[in-house]
Amino acid sequence: MSQPLLEVTSLRKSYGALAVTNDVSLKVFPGQIHAIIGPNGAGKTTLISQLSGQLAPDSGEVRYDGEVITHLDMAGRVRRGLARSFQLTRILPGLSVLENVAIAVQARTGSSFRFWQVAAQERALNDEAMACLTEVGLGPQAMRLARTLSHGEKRQLEIAIALATKPRLLLLDEPLAGTGPEEAEILIALMLRLKSRVTMMLIEHDMSAVFQLADFISVLVYGEIVAGGTAEDIRNHPKVREAYLGEEEEGT
Amino acid sequence: MTQTPSQMPAKGDPRIRIALCIFACLAIVPPLLSLVGLDYYTSVVTRMMIYAIAALSLDLILGYGALVSFGHAAFFGIGAYAALFLQTRGITDFFLHLAGASLAATAFALVTGAIALRTRGVYFIMISLAFGQMAFFFFISLSAFGGDDGMSLSRATLFGQELLRSEVTLFYLVLVILVVIFGFLCRLTRSRFGRVLIGTREDSLRMEAIGYRIMPYQMAAYVISAVICAIAGVLIANQLQYVSPTLSSWQRSGEFIIMVVLGGVGNLVGALAGALLTIGLEEALARFSEHWKLWFGMLLLAVVLFSPGGLTRLVERVSGRITGKGDDR
Repeated sequence: MSQPLLEVTSLRKSYGALAVTNDVSLKVFPGQIHAIIGPNGAGKTTLISQLSGQLAPDSGEVRYDGEVITHLDMAGRVRRGLARSFQLTRILPGLSVLENVAIAVQARTGSSFRFWQVAAQERALNDEAMACLTEVGLGPQAMRLARTLSHGEKRQLEIAIALATKPRLLLLDEPLAGTGPEEAEILIALMLRLKSRVTMMLIEHDMSAVFQLADFISVLVYGEIVAGGTAEDIRNHPKVREAYLGEEEEGT
Repeated sequence: MTQTPSQMPAKGDPRIRIALCIFACLAIVPPLLSLVGLDYYTSVVTRMMIYAIAALSLDLILGYGALVSFGHAAFFGIGAYAALFLQTRGITDFFLHLAGASLAATAFALVTGAIALRTRGVYFIMISLAFGQMAFFFFISLSAFGGDDGMSLSRATLFGQELLRSEVTLFYLVLVILVVIFGFLCRLTRSRFGRVLIGTREDSLRMEAIGYRIMPYQMAAYVISAVICAIAGVLIANQLQYVSPTLSSWQRSGEFIIMVVLGGVGNLVGALAGALLTIGLEEALARFSEHWKLWFGMLLLAVVLFSPGGLTRLVERVSGRITGKGDDR
């Protein structure tokens, strides 16, 4: 097997006595969609936050593309190609859809300490932003104010923003949260399309989406990885059924 | 997909047109006043414009960067005291006063910004207020400059000449500086830098997740804002021919915020109009009633309640209704 793009080793994070990330180790290989599932409060978002650099782990190591990035800040990781989306949509609501993406293109092309030239007239920025919007299917909405988009469109916009940072690994925190069935379908199709170019790690509650998308699934319960494998493995894993599918009554 | 836009719309911004109208009106004020024999009011309008410069400086960080500085009058005072200090050392040149004020403001902004910019929201407001008060009490402690009472000074020289003795010359100098600063800020806020600053206002975590380390951008905006406010401070020292600690009292900082909020934040024209209106109303209402602050407070309340975007928003809505264009916000 090839080198993992992301390798997490013995990651730990506690809030007081509560271990939210308890000795987590996992590998994400290039070209994969790696899903993390687990019940509420399992520490999924906390894990993503540590991988994206928003939160510092207590111990352990995060290695990205061979480089240890455990203590690198979020901006530094994004520049190396590790982008994330948020569970609760985070866009720049007061800017146009196009500008939301152009500002991400701007972040990696040239200095932003330019005080005179009008940014909105930089053709290179706009063209590249437009390409990202077209890719996620938001091209026709480019001139709208971001806050006027529907919830599903905002989710698409977030992915367009992430794409504009030219990521090699995309961390998606519940990309389908709060979307209706039609919106979810659009987003799932989008992720499948992107799969050939971008490695993805995603947290998701929608099981049918996970089984449809993921090449590898890790199950997180109380901060610990209790199982890992393909969709088929996970479906039949006793520990997963116990912890995740609500059959704990029969155990112990 | 039918279009690949190479640039954003909103060119020929109506706000720019409003600003140009305001500047044109200001330019004819002195001859008009002297025609009707009310020369005294020239200096009132000069003061209005000086406050407009200060309000513009605040709008850059408050309106575009969501950094509500409640201690901005510190920079106003720093500018004024820099002029006073240089004047007492025998350095009378106006441009040297500007340079000295800019340096002092930059130094103070770098130190206070390094601490205050680590905080957000209401904590930033409180810390900036604390630094403002520090500057205020520092000026009070300067017994060589009159302590509490402050000190008078003569006007600076321009190109070695005592040109600023004339109220009209001072008026036009202030107007030119106001126009230049307004133009500069218009460009700045539409530049790459301005876009990043607006991004931090909209959602700073999102900006970090895009790959920006936002502190240097906020710091740069804070320093630029400080320098512009200090320039206003130099001008007010020249206009009043008097410098005292009250120039940097917290009430003054509050007044700056009121000007920007009254006019509408984050579009520059609002700050410009808000400052002109605030000082104008102060003059007018004070004549009309002892309790003018009450009336002014009511007006402010009405604006905040009925037109949260300030006067500029109100004007946009009204003109939008007239031209039949929709309201997209």
